[in-house]
Formats: sequence, structure tokens, C-alpha cells
Amino acid sequence: MAQRAYGKPLPVPSPETRPFWEGCKRHELWLPYCPRCQRFFWYPRDFCPRCFAWEVEWRRASGRGKVYTFAIHYRAFHPAWEREVPFVTAIVELEEGVRLYTQLVGVDPDPKHIRCDMPVEVVFEDVSEEISLPKFRPLAQEGGQP
Amino acid sequence: MREPISALDKLDIKEKRELFRRVAIVGVDESDEIGIVPHKSALQLHAEAARNALADAGIDKSEVDAVLTSSAGSMSSVQLAEYLGIVPVYTDSTMTGGSSFAIQLEHAALAIATGMCRVALITHGQTGYSDRLRGVERPSGDPWFPARQLEAPYYVGGAVGNYALACMRHMYQYGTTHEQLAEIAVATRKWAQLNPKALMREPLTIEDVLSSRWVVYPFHLYDCCLVTDAGGAVVLTSAERARDCRKRPVWVLGAATAHTHLTISQMPDLTETPARISGPRAMAMAGVRHEDIDVVEVYDSFTYTVLVTLEDLGFCAKGEGGPFVSGQRTAPGGDFPLNTNGGGLSYTHPGMYGIFPIIEAVRQLRGECGPRQVPGAKIALVNTTGGTLSATGTLILGVE
Repeated sequence: MAQRAYGKPLPVPSPETRPFWEGCKRHELWLPYCPRCQRFFWYPRDFCPRCFAWEVEWRRASGRGKVYTFAIHYRAFHPAWEREVPFVTAIVELEEGVRLYTQLVGVDPDPKHIRCDMPVEVVFEDVSEEISLPKFRPLAQEGGQP
Repeated sequence: MREPISALDKLDIKEKRELFRRVAIVGVDESDEIGIVPHKSALQLHAEAARNALADAGIDKSEVDAVLTSSAGSMSSVQLAEYLGIVPVYTDSTMTGGSSFAIQLEHAALAIATGMCRVALITHGQTGYSDRLRGVERPSGDPWFPARQLEAPYYVGGAVGNYALACMRHMYQYGTTHEQLAEIAVATRKWAQLNPKALMREPLTIEDVLSSRWVVYPFHLYDCCLVTDAGGAVVLTSAERARDCRKRPVWVLGAATAHTHLTISQMPDLTETPARISGPRAMAMAGVRHEDIDVVEVYDSFTYTVLVTLEDLGFCAKGEGGPFVSGQRTAPGGDFPLNTNGGGLSYTHPGMYGIFPIIEAVRQLRGECGPRQVPGAKIALVNTTGGTLSATGTLILGVE
């Protein structure tokens, strides 16, 4: 089974997050949006956590953002990550203003080569039949930047 | 999403202050053994600490009518009361991670002040070290919950990875350095060397910290707390009952609670903790200024937790925590006595540390700390942090 080979926890889409995960499966990043606040919010809920309006929409995001912060993991606390250390987790602030917990890929896991506010773009990793995980890599145009 | 601290203005501080004058802390202690205790269960550590703290107070178990804990399973206070043979009329299993016990202390004080109960027992017992040897697994919960869906696919491993994210942003935004973080680890170790109950008492230098291995960058090994086995307990009662207790009462001058998020992506600003809310509220209730505080006990899950909390409590401006702790200012003999038991970094940290800074603050105020005693300590600040810099409980304690 794919899950056994993959080994890491797989997300189980819930009623509120299903449009997000369905978007990911198509390699599109979709975010919940509050028309009353005229703002995106994260994570998906049936209502806006700011104004508590229950009329919310889904909108497609650009997939671009910047690294708000990152951490380089030298120790795996779960066997599925043992072959992967060092790896880089991050919180990415999207152009739409919300922050996603994610992993940085396509970067040297070295503090000399990663910095906060570094521009990044989404990439999708197909980890099962149902799930594609959004991860982020340095923005192509900015690839040569220190 | 950021909430203004103006919630402070709505608090009727005077009334709360008056209520809390009717309450005293009268007993504190650890379990018989702390550190590495594989031959005892977490409940045994709860029970030893409860017996020792009640003996410290001079109160019999039969007088306890309120039980508060968060570390005895999913119905913690119910489990604990059954185990100890207590039928309480007031119960509290508030679970806010390491800040549970300071927050429960606020609840207990209010309950005693309003006549809901007379003697409150807050306990903690946890075998964080030995659980790993025994292969004890933590329940992973509902897969539809936010952290399970949106964080676990990227990282499983608890606090260290997420505190590292917060620290990294602080370093980027304010220029905080590894050396400044190391100052905290070294100063805390110096206090531990004065505490016979501390697990780690060998000398530690800034160079030792900086040359230790990375766990999760930007944290070196010595930026991270210990993982131990330990129990602790605190007993509160009414001011009247306190008159007949063994030790002089310690008063709860101020107490406040705040939390801002659970999952790290929801933290409003990664460089600010909810201590920026609970700290000013507790200090306003106590009517004390920073210069009035003689000793500070701050939850030190990581060196960074201390640095950012000192800023949020207002001991220095935001971003200036690094310079503030430099030059071994917080070490014995420095002008800012901090984490005088040796903290979670060097004394003990069984998973949730938050009852131990309360115990240490009470001992400092009673003048019981021997070589690590802060001379003439009259007012102590305790700030405990739970979750992912999520929930804080701040206490201002004092003696006459």
C-alpha cells in the first residue's frame, strides 16, 4: 500500500478542508476567503474566524509567497523522516496574507542558503492517490539569489 | 487577528485583588525522587509530591476538598482524586500544557476566595524520560483536527521544531544571536550547581553550548530543556486556615491567563507570546512595577522561551531580550536573578515543567533556598508557558 511505503502521516481531508485538498490534487492552491472582511483566512473553516460570518468562499491563490520563518531538522523524531534529515520546515506567508506550515524543498538545508523573507513558490508532491502535499521552493526567478 | 491588550482595561482589578487576599499558598514540594526515576509511575510521583506538600503545609489529606491537575490522563483531576482517595467539591483538569498549573492556581485561589472550597491541592507527576524507555505512546487524536491535517504531514516531533521556527524569526527580525541564547543556558546551569536536586550540575560554558550538536536549527542541544521524571505539588488554603499552617503564608498578589493559538501557523506574531497579555494583567492586579520584583521564574523549555518571555513581560523592549540577558546578568550574583532552581534546562523538566517554577518562587519568598537564596526576596514573578508558545499563566507572589 502507498501509505505503508510512504510512512509519514497522511492528511485525512475533513468536511471543511476538502476543497483545499481537492485543489492540491489538481496542483492548485485554493484558500478560504471572507467576502465581508475581504480577506483570506487560514485554516479552512465554515466561518470567518475574524468576523464570524458564515458566508465564505474558496479562491485560488497565486502559489507565491515568502519564507516567514524556517527550521532545519538534524534529528528525526519519527522513523519516516530518518532518511531525510537534515530537512527544512517553514512557515510561508502567501501573497494572499495567510501563513501555511510547510516544508521547503529544492534548497540546501544550510542556514547560509535559506533566509526569512526569501521568495518561494508552491510545488505539489503526490504522496498518495488522494493526497498531494503543498511544499515550497525558492522562486525560479530568484534562484540565484543568496 | 491580533487582539489588543485593551482587554486589560475591562478587568476589575481591585475586586480580584481583594478576593485573592483571602487565599494563601501554604505548601510546596517535589516528589521524593526527581530526575531519572524509571521505577515509579507518574501517579506515584503525583502522590509523593502531594504527601510532601501537605506535610510542608501541616495539613492532613482529609482536609483537601479541591483537586487540580492536568497530567493524570484525559480526566486528570478525576483520576487523581480517585487515586489519592479524595472526594472533592471543586475539580479542575484545565489542560494548557506546561502553563496548566499556574492557571489552575489562579482558579484554585478564586474558588477558595469565593467559598467553593477550603483546601486546594495542585499536583503534577510525569515520567517523560522513562515513558520513552517503556515505549509509552501519546494518543494522536482526531485526524480531522487542524494540527493532524496541516502540520503532522510535514513534521512529527513535538515542541522543539516549532519553537525553533519562532526563535528563527526573532533572530532574523531582531538580530538575536546564538551567543545570547547560550548566555541563558550557562546562567541557568550556574543556578543548578547551587541546587542539589538539579539533574545537570557540571560546569557549562558558552563555548560548550555553541559547539554542541544541532537538534533543530537554530537550537543547539543545550538550548533545549531536559527530559526527566518528576512530580511536584502546591497547596492553597484560606487566609484564616493559613494562620495555623507550618510555614508563613505566601500571597497571590496577581494572577492572569492568556492564550493566542494552538497550532504554530496560527500564532499571530512568532516573536510575541501571550505573556504580553497575562504579564501586564498580573502585574496590574498586584500593583507592582518591574523594579519591585526580586526574583523571576520563567518557564525555560528552550533558551529562547526565556528571552522572548522577558520581553513580553516588559523587563526590556521587544527585540532587546538578547542584550538584556548578556554578560551573565541572570546568573547567581547578577542583577537579575532568574530561574534560580536551575530551570527546565538544568534542574528538571518531565514534559510539563510549570509547577516547578511555582515551587521555587515560594521557597525563595520563604527564604528556604540556602546557597541559591536571593537575599530578602519579597516579590516573585512566575510565568509559565504551554503548548507552542500558546498559553501563559503569570503569577505575582509575595510575602510580608
